[in-house]
Amino acid sequence: MSKSNTILYLDGVSVSFDGFRAINNLSLVLDKGEMRAIIGPNGAGKTTMMDIVTGKTRPDAGEVYFDGQVDLTKHDEAEIAMMGIGRKFQKPTVFESHTIEDNLMLALKGPRSIFPALFHRRSAAEARQIDDILGLIRLGDKRDELAAILSHGQKQWLEIGMLLAQDPKLLLVDEPVAGMTDAETEETARLLKDIARDHSVIVVEHDMHFVRELGVKVTCLHEGSVLSEGSLDFVSADERVVEVYLGR
Amino acid sequence: MITGRFFAAGADRRIAITIFILLAVAIIVPLLNLAVPPTSAFYVPSYVVALTGKYLCYALLALALDLVWGYCGILSLGHGAFFALGGYAMGMYLMRQIGSRGVYGNPLLPDFMVFLNYGELPWFWYGFDQFWFAAIMVLAVPGLLAFVFGWFAFRSRVTGVYLSIITQAMTYALLLAFFRNDMGFGGNNGLTDFKDILGYNVQADATRSALFAASAVTLALAVFVTWAIVGSKYGKLLMAVRDAESRTRFLGWRAENVKLFAFTVSAVMAGIAGALYVPQVGIINPGEFEPSNSIEVVVWAAVGGRGTIVGPIIGALMVNAGKSWFTGVLPAFWLFALGGLFVAVTLFLPKGIVGMWDSWRDNAKALRAASINEEFGTDPAVPPPPKIVRSAARTPGDWSASGPEPQPAE
Ligand SMILES: Nc1ncnc2c1ncn2[C@@H]1O[C@H](COP(=O)(O)OP(=O)(O)OP(=O)(O)O)[C@@H](O)[C@H]1O
Ligand SMILES: [Mg+2]
Repeated sequence: MSKSNTILYLDGVSVSFDGFRAINNLSLVLDKGEMRAIIGPNGAGKTTMMDIVTGKTRPDAGEVYFDGQVDLTKHDEAEIAMMGIGRKFQKPTVFESHTIEDNLMLALKGPRSIFPALFHRRSAAEARQIDDILGLIRLGDKRDELAAILSHGQKQWLEIGMLLAQDPKLLLVDEPVAGMTDAETEETARLLKDIARDHSVIVVEHDMHFVRELGVKVTCLHEGSVLSEGSLDFVSADERVVEVYLGR
Repeated sequence: MITGRFFAAGADRRIAITIFILLAVAIIVPLLNLAVPPTSAFYVPSYVVALTGKYLCYALLALALDLVWGYCGILSLGHGAFFALGGYAMGMYLMRQIGSRGVYGNPLLPDFMVFLNYGELPWFWYGFDQFWFAAIMVLAVPGLLAFVFGWFAFRSRVTGVYLSIITQAMTYALLLAFFRNDMGFGGNNGLTDFKDILGYNVQADATRSALFAASAVTLALAVFVTWAIVGSKYGKLLMAVRDAESRTRFLGWRAENVKLFAFTVSAVMAGIAGALYVPQVGIINPGEFEPSNSIEVVVWAAVGGRGTIVGPIIGALMVNAGKSWFTGVLPAFWLFALGGLFVAVTLFLPKGIVGMWDSWRDNAKALRAASINEEFGTDPAVPPPPKIVRSAARTPGDWSASGPEPQPAE
């Protein structure tokens, strides 16, 4: 398989925790500019796959390449983030003791060393970017509130906003609509589709309505490897997928 | 922008007031000691000047700890080591100022070296006859130790209780090392019998007043610097690392460098505190490395309220005033009193005095707003929530070493 036009290329990746194979000979390829939905029962290894891509977990075996040429297994979390891979955690993780605005400010693309941060003054361009993102994630009226007061769904949105502020090439979005109302879910689907226009995106989600809304290629993981891949209709008609979902 | 924040309300105004008080005290106390006759009711006796000067050094040490513990969740149980190293650097300068006035009258070697049959001055004592050199060492030695220690600890991602334990081990190792006579720092007697500092007699009232003023001004400066650091983007990052370290990593920040910078700055502040302390108490010995000393600093910060800048200063002053009083009345029970205080604060004042005051005031404001609404028949359901101007004023209430529950990065 050629890596040349891929943004993410996983081949034969395995990882075990205390003898338990969480990821088992996983191969997955994402083309530049593509959005992919990943489904799979609990414990299928979806989050672990993201841990491997973002440098949190080192694979025991296999290749992990970003942008066709960068071997991600040789870099740590901060380096990988700076290369342009952003991540939203399954449990929304924002800086609760900071305001919404400061959360975005810390995520905003820019130098990541100590001294510039020490003497940082917010520029007009940065303020504009923050305003834009606040508008997108509908938290403009809450910009000076602490992130701790946000509802679960709003935290999800803030975290997506932080991803946008980071302006990565590839976004890994883990269960973005957990805890959202139907209306919010629809809104999120629209937002992600919007983002996918100029970014590569992987979305992990259990909510099939949401996945249908996205209307993209679907990969179903099970026990650490790919079980089925194709359109949602194709995947959900696959007998093995049905079995895995019914059998649990 | 920075000046605007300085004159703003709330937590920032408290900082401005603290700095103002410290600067005023730096002028007034020496005046009341030197210019007022001892018969006057306003006279401040010299021993009070020396004692409060010492407390101010402790307050600076507590403030240094607050920067790493309150704002970054690094519970250092070894800050006394940085304090002691700064103190030793100053002590070495003071020793060399004695010159030939020592008991043995050796113009080059301090008394303890003559006593221990040293042939010549050890190389690491060179340069300490110059104040500027000693002053640089006061900053450099604790700073360098913290940098090297932190570099290894934070890179290997040692956190929480484990980090606290190795900081404690660090100060204990230094305690043992400095107790040895052949280390060349005076063994268990330490350095003492100082005569002059910058040509002035350390015992003289005027010198003591000057040292007091220097301590107060330095503390004021440290308050300003800490406040500026904490309010900067870096300071926000520091708190972000405290609350959700892995989140900062996935945003591309190097959490280990964020911690390392704060840890080093904090150690330098602690070293300065030690350097101001030594000429005022007239002695530095390995006892300053005692692990229990470092733990006491944690108690001061906790009593005053960590993560508030002003709190640890208040805590250090109050606990030490209490200690002076207590050791006068019931010397045998001081450690029990300190332990009891720690337990009481943990149980009843988890945010410390300043933290408690803040939440009490916020509640009072909310109540007042609610009652006003009722009186005027406006909608009582929406009392304006207390507006939190700046997150710096937030005090994490719990006692875990790593601050508030770190959010697992899943
Ligand atoms: N650090 C770890 N140590 C031990 N086991 C782990 C670790 N991380 C993941 N696992 C295990 O690996 C398996 C895959 O977990 P993972 O979180 O990737 O699943 P998932 O597909 O994201 O599930 P969910 O839909 O519930 O989020 C699980 O059985 C989990 O218990
Ligand atoms: Mg998961």
